[in-house]
Amino acid sequence: MSGNMNLTLKVWRQKSNKDKGNFEEFKVNDISPDMSFLEMFDVLNEQLISKGNEPIAFDHDCREGICGMCSMFINGRPHGPKEGITTCQLHMRSFADGDTIIVEPWRANAFPVIKDLVVDRSAFDRIVSAGGFVSVNTGNAQDGNAIPISKNDADIAFAAAACIGCGACVAACKNASAMLFVSAKINQLAHLPQGQPERMQRARAMVHQMDKEGFGACTNTGACSAECPKEISLVNIAAMNCEFVKANVVDSHE
Amino acid sequence: MSLNSNIPEGKLEEKWIKYKSTVPLVNPSNKRNLEVLIIGSGLAGASAAASLAELGYKVKCFCFQDSPRRAHSIAAQGGINAAKNYQNDGDSIYRLFYDTIKGGDYRAREANVYRLAEISPNIIDQCVAQGVPFAREYGGMLSNRSFGGTQVQRTFYAAGQTGQQLLLGAYSALQRQIGMGNVQMYNRHEMLEIVKIEGKARGIIARNLITGELERHFGHAVLICSGGYGNVFYLSTNAMGSNATAAWKAHKSGAYFGNPCFTQIHPTCIPVSGDHQSKLTLMSESLRNDGRIWVPKKSNDNRNPNEIPEEERDYYLERRYPAFGNLVPRDVASRAAKERCDAGFGVGSSKMAVYLDFKFNMMRYGRVEANKMGIENPSENEILKLGKDVIKEKYGNLFDMYMQITGENPYETPMRIYPAVHYTMGGLWVDYNLMTTVPGLYSLGEANFSDHGANRLGASALMQGLADGYFVIPYTIGAYLANEISVKPESTDHQAFVDAENSVKETIEKLLSINGTKSVDHYHKKLGKVMWDKCGMARNAKGLQEAIDEIKVIRNEFWQNLRVTGKANEFNPELEKAGRVADFLELGELMCIDALHRNESCGGHFREESQTNEGEALRNDQEFSYVAAWEYSQNNWKLHKEELKFENIKIAQRSYK
Ligand SMILES: Cc1cc2nc3c(=O)[nH]c(=O)nc-3n(C[C@H](O)[C@H](O)[C@H](O)COP(=O)(O)OP(=O)(O)OC[C@H]3O[C@@H](n4cnc5c(N)ncnc54)[C@H](O)[C@@H]3O)c2cc1C
Ligand code: SF4
Ligand code: FES
Repeated sequence: MSGNMNLTLKVWRQKSNKDKGNFEEFKVNDISPDMSFLEMFDVLNEQLISKGNEPIAFDHDCREGICGMCSMFINGRPHGPKEGITTCQLHMRSFADGDTIIVEPWRANAFPVIKDLVVDRSAFDRIVSAGGFVSVNTGNAQDGNAIPISKNDADIAFAAAACIGCGACVAACKNASAMLFVSAKINQLAHLPQGQPERMQRARAMVHQMDKEGFGACTNTGACSAECPKEISLVNIAAMNCEFVKANVVDSHE
Repeated sequence: MSLNSNIPEGKLEEKWIKYKSTVPLVNPSNKRNLEVLIIGSGLAGASAAASLAELGYKVKCFCFQDSPRRAHSIAAQGGINAAKNYQNDGDSIYRLFYDTIKGGDYRAREANVYRLAEISPNIIDQCVAQGVPFAREYGGMLSNRSFGGTQVQRTFYAAGQTGQQLLLGAYSALQRQIGMGNVQMYNRHEMLEIVKIEGKARGIIARNLITGELERHFGHAVLICSGGYGNVFYLSTNAMGSNATAAWKAHKSGAYFGNPCFTQIHPTCIPVSGDHQSKLTLMSESLRNDGRIWVPKKSNDNRNPNEIPEEERDYYLERRYPAFGNLVPRDVASRAAKERCDAGFGVGSSKMAVYLDFKFNMMRYGRVEANKMGIENPSENEILKLGKDVIKEKYGNLFDMYMQITGENPYETPMRIYPAVHYTMGGLWVDYNLMTTVPGLYSLGEANFSDHGANRLGASALMQGLADGYFVIPYTIGAYLANEISVKPESTDHQAFVDAENSVKETIEKLLSINGTKSVDHYHKKLGKVMWDKCGMARNAKGLQEAIDEIKVIRNEFWQNLRVTGKANEFNPELEKAGRVADFLELGELMCIDALHRNESCGGHFREESQTNEGEALRNDQEFSYVAAWEYSQNNWKLHKEELKFENIKIAQRSYK
């Protein structure tokens, strides 16, 4: 079942990290409104391969909005025009026949381009390595119901933990700040009893690593949360700032 | 070679306890000199990597995504089982063990399954300690729900994102070890060959997916935790990148492949909408807690579902299986849906779908809420609204996902669902230690064949992956490595590494030099169609024989007319896909060979020749009560059988009526 939408795409092409990169224009025809945005790219890539040209490289895996791998900057917005979804969840019914669509990679110093629309987000992993965990070795745990956790706290922790690490917050921010991502992890653990022993140290270490990776400062614009596919709340950033201040106060007393 | 499952002696309940207290140990200073390579960072790989590093082993972990956190486990929705009996509803280790063996249609190994049930409570404790935000009740205690094939509530969950939360827990433990320098992580790397020295697994060849460079890595042991191979069908609920290559290379290096034809077709997925379809999306089994499945009683009924009155609906699962109703195991539910659609009662534009309807339970919940709030004589609309809120809280993200994909609102009209390929029970054959038939080569998680027999129960894969990684391998690997402490790391200049690397290089060059006219996806889709039509929900001897012949033809064409653009020494996703599909084209054939040889129906494997008068799967225990373990040699396979002995469970025809 093919459809009846004809579109023009302007896609960022960049051979590698060392290449300068430029936009290239393509036409795709007979697109069905039921296709996902990435399935439309599949069609385009098949078209390119059949002409012997190189397909466009883009990251994707689960195609259902949970792995955080897909990362297209579409018409000036990370993950495209609709709120609360990832690129892979965007469907062509959100566009109109005849549209021109501009597609770019995430742009941030801390996320260098690998090829075309694929960027390197390993900075996020290093931030987690710095402190985004509870130091508990396998086998050290007590019964799961030994410490009751109020439903409210569990729900808040869960809402923060829903972050998929996609990096759209960074791409949306004019300063390329990673505050939303970092604060979500800090806040998840700050709301759980298990997170308490390392609470201060965690905030310090993660923020320190974030700065080291070259992410920008937060100026409270809020674009991150507005573009976040998991609608991670700005409240996390405010709470994290509190954590961080507390941590530094404790630090100066130590 | 004869198969030895190495099950410890003794009573079922004592085997693992005794094993743990007598297994040889490796002292801490020796652990530092022992290197373990782990392929995969999903629940199985990440939990193993973190736990082994905590013990002091030197670990290297590999994944093809850009971060270990993106392994396919992240997508698991519904939940994880554990025999905690928090609900006081009669659960126990024995009952989880029993349900799993029965659910698997008596084709799993008793000792392994019992161990799994025994470990299950520790998994929940470990995850809670890591800060995994499981759903809680108002009193602060952990919440449970039901899954198919059981009559107790033992499933722990985090909304519809349980896999995500569990994986992020394991990932954080892994990142902690990476930060401490105990694990070296290789993201965007793909393992493409096993290196064997003197018969033992001693390393791997991996391709750096960014630069295309081939790398050699030595290890005293290698763990394959690379997930399932459902993508052999092209369309499945698996992630786009999920593949069989690591397991297949292990198989071709001597590891037997167990029960390759055992595939799980999940009953509740969003139906195919067109040719452009690249993957299928699961609607979690947990929805069957509150959704009732039906089709119209009249065939070819084109009315809007909301206009079809109650008495004209056929709740066929409740009708056929009154004891379990909508919560029958997956294989049973899938076949029943296919039966109704094949008979002409399907719904939607393709007629290949059935309804999953929440209205009844929305009303039920709505009434409870109205009572709680003391609303007297609430109107139907008020009740419905309150009920919707409850459903939203439980499954909101799944409903949103459905709405995104179909453009329909499942709070207003019933969901349309149809079965889709979801999970592979088959995999690398392993013994009680999780070791394959190659010494030093292990397999964990969905990549191995072990615990689910011919059908996996919902919420048991997460349990198995984490059991394998957190609690089994840390003990069982010691049994092997205790004898390896004097083995010095082999130089990667060793001829075995050179040969393995050359063979990988050759394959890559061949793929790039065919220069034909058809893309990788073209062949993948062709293979998938053959597999789905002839080795899918229903199989018969004639179809399977045809499939074997057809796959050979597709494979030939593939190697003659494939077009892979780009070069070897660069980031080249087409090349990655080509290698994976090349392996699927071999595995698909083995699946059909296995399905053809197993002339009985059991669990997800339904041979049309072997069914009861009522159309239920009919096992043949006399002839087929064994694990089929296939040995590869020279483009051919030899069958080995591991007899299954049931000493603690009375084997019976499975009934959910
Ligand atoms: C949509 C969906 C929902 C599910 N829901 C549930 C549920 O609710 N409950 C439940 O119990 N089960 C569920 N399952 C099943 C369960 O999620 C999987 O069986 C399980 O997560 C598999 O974990 P794993 O660690 O074995 O493999 P995976 O998580 O698939 O990880 C595989 C890893 O191997 C790596 N890898 C693969 N090949 C290579 C290679 N050649 N080189 C390097 N690295 C490689 C990958 O990068 C990845 O890191 C669901 C499955 C699906 C598809
Ligand atoms: S906070 Fe939102 S946008 Fe940022 S990484 Fe997490 S999910 Fe993506
Ligand atoms: S591909 Fe996984 S979130 Fe989009």
